[in-house]
Amino acid sequence: MSAESVDSNLSPDEEASPLKKTVLYDLHCELGGRMVPFAGYDMPVQYPDGIMTEHKFAREHAGLFDVSHMGQAILTGSGIADTLESIVPANIKGLKPTRMRYSQLLNDAGGILDDLMITNLGGTEDSDRFYLVVNAACKENDLAHISKFLGADVQMEVLDTRALLALQGPKAADVISRLWPELADMPFMSAKEVEIDDEWVLASRCGYTGMDGFELSLPQARAENFARWLLGQEEVAPIGLGARDSLRLEAGLCLYGHDIDETTTPIEAGLNWSISKRRREEGGFPGADIIQKQLEHGPERKLMGVLPEGRAPVREGAEIENNDGETIGTITSGGFAPTVNGPIAMGYVAKGYEAPGTRVNLILRGRQIAASIVEMPFVPPSFYRPKK
Amino acid sequence: MSEMRYTQEHEYIRVEGDTGTVGISDYAQSKLGDVVFVELPESGRELETGKEAAVIESVKAASEVYAPVSGTVTEGNPDLEGDPALVNRDAFGEGWFFKMSISNKDELEKLMDEAAYASFIEGLE
Repeated sequence: MSAESVDSNLSPDEEASPLKKTVLYDLHCELGGRMVPFAGYDMPVQYPDGIMTEHKFAREHAGLFDVSHMGQAILTGSGIADTLESIVPANIKGLKPTRMRYSQLLNDAGGILDDLMITNLGGTEDSDRFYLVVNAACKENDLAHISKFLGADVQMEVLDTRALLALQGPKAADVISRLWPELADMPFMSAKEVEIDDEWVLASRCGYTGMDGFELSLPQARAENFARWLLGQEEVAPIGLGARDSLRLEAGLCLYGHDIDETTTPIEAGLNWSISKRRREEGGFPGADIIQKQLEHGPERKLMGVLPEGRAPVREGAEIENNDGETIGTITSGGFAPTVNGPIAMGYVAKGYEAPGTRVNLILRGRQIAASIVEMPFVPPSFYRPKK
Repeated sequence: MSEMRYTQEHEYIRVEGDTGTVGISDYAQSKLGDVVFVELPESGRELETGKEAAVIESVKAASEVYAPVSGTVTEGNPDLEGDPALVNRDAFGEGWFFKMSISNKDELEKLMDEAAYASFIEGLE
């Protein structure tokens, strides 16, 4: 067998620079985590039960993910909503206190520098407070980029002494409300400030799995005990990055650096829903003219779900061909989906091939695999809706 | 009387006379994780030592399985299509990949026996 898959996870280059560790590194090792490099960090790709078991467990109970490698920052000062609107295409001026939104940092071609979550923490009359979460691989660049646009009186506090834990799954609310009952009925895509040992904790009802769940920002010094308490709840198991990827793929969620990058616009990536009507009309963000044209005429390529026939997974980089053998696209993410119980993928296809039901061929190890273009998600979402 | 031989890439071949049954070791399947798909060679395919013979897909990645010795594939394991997890559950038994005729039995001398493979994997941990 290819030796890399068995003997070592590190290439010679990666072994040269030391990997960073989150505050839960020792806990991951204690739990039998198989550690691999990810965005410069040594992270658990799985634990002994394996990716399939972890994935299914999260879908049925509650999975605990260490996402402390991601970047967290708080902006304080005036005019922050206006500033953010000048660099992201989302409606931030209309984002009410305690509400959060998904958006993207754009370059002048409308390409995506990173995707991020923006939360309005609520401020005073003179001063706003916003909380940002960005991807680990881009965090230094993102925060430097954002800093360039901030007004003189706006402070950016990089929260590099805080951990970030995600608890995702149908039992997440039951578990978290044992500690903080007030979180049980908080709305999806909102945030609440709570405390642990008199220290500030930010709980956001959001996630990356298509299910109900919470992301918790807490001081690093509290993270291990909190994680241990969660793992002590019978509904909770630790979940690695492998299952995090299969869960988000089933949910039809993009992974930066794979499905979206500096060469893809939000319209090509099917993220139109994250740009409000007002912003589509008014523009005022980088690449707005390009994006407006794509909204009007349709983009030249579109990110769609791709469902291969048979059982063989088709992965990132595989070519998509039409029935005449012409290349019309590329797979950007793909793998075996434990809940779907078969292979799924997403990729860009040229205009004209994006209609769900379109038959295409995927090239796998020199052979053609028949596939269909499909809408995503592959697994229906189960976000929290309050009972009326 | 069958003999087990192992490659450094964790394939095994269970030799009986001039034929062998090829698979991956239990150590290899445990490192690989859940197997979701196996692409087997067709009967009649000529195999060259050390060249790709099969592909095994786990949730996260594809891995190549190499021919332990030269020969010709006689049969692929029909059970693996419907139940690729057999490789995880019973790597040395029902999770076999393919049977082959061995063209040159001398090549087996280059492979590890049971004891040598056991030390080899110990050295990897």
